[in-house]
Amino acid sequence: MSILVFIEQREGRIRSVSNEVLGEASRLKASFGGEVVAVLPCAADPGASSLGAAGADRVQVVTHEAFGVYDPAGYTRAMVQAIEQVKPAVVLFPASSLGKDLAPRVAARLGVGLASDCTALAVDDGALVAKRPVFAGKALQKIGFPKSPAIASLRPKVFAAGGTAGAGAVENVAANFDAAANRARVVRTAAAAGGKVDLTESEIIVSGGRGMKGPEHFALIENLAEALGATVGASRAVVDAGWRPHSEQVGQTGKTVSPKLYVAVGVSGAIQHLAGMSSSRCIVAINKDPDAPIFKVADYGIVGDAFEILPALTEAVKKVNAAHV
Amino acid sequence: MIQVVCIKQVADTETRVKVGADGRSLDPAGVTWIMNPYDEFAVEQALRLKEKLAAGEVIVVSLGGAGAATTLRNALAMGADRAIHLKHDGAGDPLQISRALATAVRATNPSIVWFGRQAVDDDAAQVGPMVAELLDLPCVTAIATFDLADQKATVERDIEGGREVVEVNLPAVFTTDKGLNEPRYASLKGIMAAKKKPIDEQAADLGDPGLNVLALELPPARSAGRIIGQGVEAIPELIRVLREEAKVL
Ligand SMILES: Cc1cc2nc3c(=O)[nH]c(=O)nc-3n(C[C@H](O)[C@H](O)[C@H](O)COP(=O)(O)OP(=O)(O)OC[C@H]3O[C@@H](n4cnc5c(N)ncnc54)[C@H](O)[C@@H]3O)c2cc1C
Ligand SMILES: Nc1ncnc2c1ncn2[C@@H]1O[C@H](COP(=O)(O)O)[C@@H](O)[C@H]1O
Repeated sequence: MSILVFIEQREGRIRSVSNEVLGEASRLKASFGGEVVAVLPCAADPGASSLGAAGADRVQVVTHEAFGVYDPAGYTRAMVQAIEQVKPAVVLFPASSLGKDLAPRVAARLGVGLASDCTALAVDDGALVAKRPVFAGKALQKIGFPKSPAIASLRPKVFAAGGTAGAGAVENVAANFDAAANRARVVRTAAAAGGKVDLTESEIIVSGGRGMKGPEHFALIENLAEALGATVGASRAVVDAGWRPHSEQVGQTGKTVSPKLYVAVGVSGAIQHLAGMSSSRCIVAINKDPDAPIFKVADYGIVGDAFEILPALTEAVKKVNAAHV
Repeated sequence: MIQVVCIKQVADTETRVKVGADGRSLDPAGVTWIMNPYDEFAVEQALRLKEKLAAGEVIVVSLGGAGAATTLRNALAMGADRAIHLKHDGAGDPLQISRALATAVRATNPSIVWFGRQAVDDDAAQVGPMVAELLDLPCVTAIATFDLADQKATVERDIEGGREVVEVNLPAVFTTDKGLNEPRYASLKGIMAAKKKPIDEQAADLGDPGLNVLALELPPARSAGRIIGQGVEAIPELIRVLREEAKVL
C-alpha cells in the first residue's frame, strides 16, 4: 500500500516543507510495504528529479498553466485524481498555509477524515496513528483513521527531511480541469518586506513583549534577531497595541511555532503565549521580574533589564559569529 | 443578501486542560466557555457588511449542546438577526460537523458563509473549507482583509513570507484570521433585543466518523530551566550554554 505525498512549490521552487513530509513518508514506507508517490502540481517542473533523493519512489508532475500560483480548485482536483488512481493507504500534506487550505478540501471530496497539523506519526498494528496538539499545545490528541486513505497534514519544522532515497521516477500527468470555470482566483502574491522567513518556518525566533515599552525600541529586538539569523515575533499585547503586525503574533490566537531557539524578551509568559511556543527546542527568557511565568518554561533565563541586556547580547552573538565563519 | 456565520462554543483560552474520565476529551469541570475568538471576527465582518449594504440578514449557526445556545445568544446580542441551533451532545470530528453544518447552511441559500480560521479547542482549521467543498462553493481561508464590489469579493490572506490577493465570485465561503477587524462588544440594548430574537432548534445528522480520537494526553512537562544570572554579567554564560549544552548557536 502506497503513501502519497503532496509536494508544494512556489515560484518555481520546491518548498522545504515538502522534503520534511517526504522524509517522514519514506520512514513510514517499510510499515506499509508500498511506494512513496509524490504529486507535484505546477506550471513548469521546478525540479521533480530532486525528489527521489528526498524519498520519492515515483513523482507525478501535474502540469497546468494556472498552477503558477496556488489554484485551490485545480489542486484539489489534481490530488483527488491522483488518490483515486494510486489508491494509497496514507496521504500526507505539509501543514503550511497552502497545505492547511488544501488538505480539508481533498478530505471532504473523498468523504474521509483529516488529522491536521500533526507532530508525530506512528504505525500501530498496520494502521496509521497520528499525534496532534490541541488547545494550542496544552494537550495532545492521539488519532486513528476509521476510513481509507488516512489523511494527515504535518506541522512544519517538526519532521526531519532526508529519509531513505527512492527511485524518483518522474511521470508527467495532464491536469484535467478548466481554470476558466474557477470562481476564486489568486490574482497576485506580494512578498513581505525584506523577503523575511515566516515565523512557522524559522529556526530561531526573538520575540518582544510589552516590556519593550514602545514600538521604537523594537530595533533592539531586530538587531539581536539579525545577529542570530532569526525572525521577530511578538506577544499579543504588543500586536494589539499596534506596535507590531498581526503576522508576528505568537500564541493561541497567533502562530504556533517550534523553532530550535526561542528568545522571549519582556514577555510575561501568559498561558496563551506559552501555548504557541512551548514546543520550541530551547527557550531563553529575558525579563526583569524573577517571578514572571515565562521562567517556568524557559531552559535558560536572565533576570534583568532588556534595554541593557539586548545590546550587549547582540554584540556577544556577533563576536561568536565572527569567530566561527 | 443572506449571510450565515458558523460559530462554536469553546473552552476559554485561560483553561488549564485536564483530561476527562473517558481519557479522550477535556474534563469540563470548572471550565469557562466562550465564543471561539476567531468566530468573533466572522460575526463582526458579517455585521459590518450588512450595515454597509443596509440590507439583508445575518444568520448564526452553531452545532453543540445547551452551551451552543448561549454562544448563539451572544452573537444575536452583537447584532445577528436569527439563529439556528443544531442540537448535538458529545463529540464530532471536523468532517461530521461540516456535514451537519452544510445541510443547515444549504437550506438558507446564503451569498456568504463565514467561519473562523480555526476553533481554538481542536485547532483543526478544517470546517470552513470542508463545508465549502460539500456545498461546492469557492472558499478563501484565513483572510486578513475583505472588500466587496458587484458580487465579487477581493480578499487577502497571509502566506509564508507574503500575502496572496484573491478574487472570488459570490456565493462564497470565507474563514477569518485575526486582524480582519476589531469585534464589537454587545451593547445593553443589543443584549435586551437578543432575548426576543428566534433560535431555531434543529436535529443534526453527523453521519459516520472520519476520525477516531483514541486518547487525549498532556504533553510532557518541560523540565524546569534555570536562571543563569542577573543582568549583563550573565551574557557570557548564556552564550556558553547555548553553544555547548543546547548546541543552538
Ligand atoms: C482570547 C485570548 C487570546 C489570547 N491570545 C494570545 C496570543 O495568541 N498570544 C499572546 O502573546 N497573548 C495572547 N493573549 C494575551 C495574554 O493573556 C497576555 O495578555 C499577553 O500575552 C501579555 O503580553 P506581554 O507578555 O507582552 O505583556 P505583559 O503581560 O504586560 O508582560 C510584560 C513583561 O515585561 C517585563 N518587563 C517590563 N519591563 C521590562 C524591562 N525593561 N526589561 C525586561 N523585562 C521587562 C515584565 O516583567 C512583564 O513580565 C490572549 C488573551 C486572550 C483573552
Ligand atoms: N460545532 C460547530 N458549530 C458551528 N461552527 C463550527 C463548529 N465547529 C467548527 N465551526 C466553525 O468552523 C471553524 C473552524 O473550526 P475547526 O475546523 O474545528 O478548527 C470555527 O471557527 C467555526 O466557525
